Amino acid sequence: MSDAIWQPSAPLQNLRRRATLLADIRRFFSERQVLEMEVPILSRRATSDPHIDSITAECGGETAYLATSPEFGLKRLVAAGIGDCYYLGKAFRNGEAGGRHNPEFTMLEWYRMGWDDHRLMIEVGEFLSHILKISKVHSYSYRALFLQQLGVDPHRASFEELKATVAKVLELSFEPAGRDECLDLLMSHHIEPGMDEGITLVYDFPATQAALARVEDDELGVPVARRFEAYVGGMELANGYWELTDAPEQQRRFEADRCYREDHGGPVYPYEDRLVQALEAGMPDCAGVALGVDRLLMLACGAGRIEDVIAFPIERA
Amino acid sequence: MASYSTNEFKGGLKVMLDGDPCSIVENEFVKPGKGQAFNRVKLRNLKTGRVWERTFRSGESLESADVMDRDMEYLYNDGEFFHFMEPETFEQHQADVAAVGDAAKWLKEQDTCVVTLYNGSPLAVTPPNHVILEITDTDPGVRGDTAQGGTKPATLVTGAVVKVPLFLEIGETIKVDTRTGEYLGRAKED
Repeated sequence: MSDAIWQPSAPLQNLRRRATLLADIRRFFSERQVLEMEVPILSRRATSDPHIDSITAECGGETAYLATSPEFGLKRLVAAGIGDCYYLGKAFRNGEAGGRHNPEFTMLEWYRMGWDDHRLMIEVGEFLSHILKISKVHSYSYRALFLQQLGVDPHRASFEELKATVAKVLELSFEPAGRDECLDLLMSHHIEPGMDEGITLVYDFPATQAALARVEDDELGVPVARRFEAYVGGMELANGYWELTDAPEQQRRFEADRCYREDHGGPVYPYEDRLVQALEAGMPDCAGVALGVDRLLMLACGAGRIEDVIAFPIERA
Repeated sequence: MASYSTNEFKGGLKVMLDGDPCSIVENEFVKPGKGQAFNRVKLRNLKTGRVWERTFRSGESLESADVMDRDMEYLYNDGEFFHFMEPETFEQHQADVAAVGDAAKWLKEQDTCVVTLYNGSPLAVTPPNHVILEITDTDPGVRGDTAQGGTKPATLVTGAVVKVPLFLEIGETIKVDTRTGEYLGRAKED
């Protein structure tokens, strides 16, 4: 980082590369007839995600929230019939700061009508190959990756078995509270850092980590989330879903997230009831994916830390 | 006692872990997009020098350790303890062999060291980065071989053994980097 606090933390050449990257992204979608949409980043509703916190603002004497992602706005547009669309702009997450995180960051999110997760994974691979000039794309199911790297089936292993696996590869300061926490630890601390330089697509996540993805039985009859993630060189870049279009199920998940937050002492926000209404009215079958643009730029520039590609990270913002 | 949460962890912060004072070496925020946030932390145990790698839940906290680094003058070794003095207050501290550890082989009287105090007593000693010491034993010098590489072991007055060029003789004083144990050059006599 530069010494004087008024200066950008990122080298100017990386900031110039950012401009090229944004132009490349817009050209990629323009060529494929995907429309750029703007959605509110100041919203009256917040995220429901149990592990993501919104930043609160005050607007006209009422509480508002900075969007943690453009997904609710985009899905409401999709339900209204806009068709294939994307958002390229800012998103905000409270408390996320580190080598690969800044509370304010740039996100790309896009939706494809009539596609499922596997069709969209192909496009994510094409997008990353095009932007990063990498040709190697691997794809694995979440189960295959765990079996290969740790010899444990993430969908069927007992909590005790998962805890034992965590204890084998990591030293913790706490006792894992559940299966999902074990899986998150193994994924982020063991599997991701061991991935190779190419593009890695991982699909069929545990049903308990479905977020807003559909849950369906896989070829072994185990219910899995039709959700995927994309990694390059072990860095998590994108998270995609075959989108849930079932309004009552969506409502149920929002309520479950709210209970989780209450039980864990987290802030409880008003959830996006307008999305539930949109799903009731009918949302076309579609797949959507969100991608971290700052991380993409880190890879494009060979930068080690996020402040090397953001002009004014939170310490200087 | 104050405590620090994982988002305050940064290099050099002194905290208690498993009953031992530790210095944080590195703190990395790790968060799967849809999962829980963790902090992967490297800590140096100040008692043993060993580096621990631990994963915390983000937001967890550790108690601060009552640890201070002080510049002190090394006085003498009485056979059991090493004695140091704070130059302003003349307050003296005695450090045992465990606290001095590897630093012992570089300690020369009147040199200034960094003494790490834990609950007021010496926990660790860091010698100056560069020390000037006399050679007390080495094979006889080889004249005319100053240009090309070639080294030989030399024992210094403090007991340290370093590799030196062949032309150096017993009685000469040399400058050594204590972090690497490398010979840096002949020292000019004042």
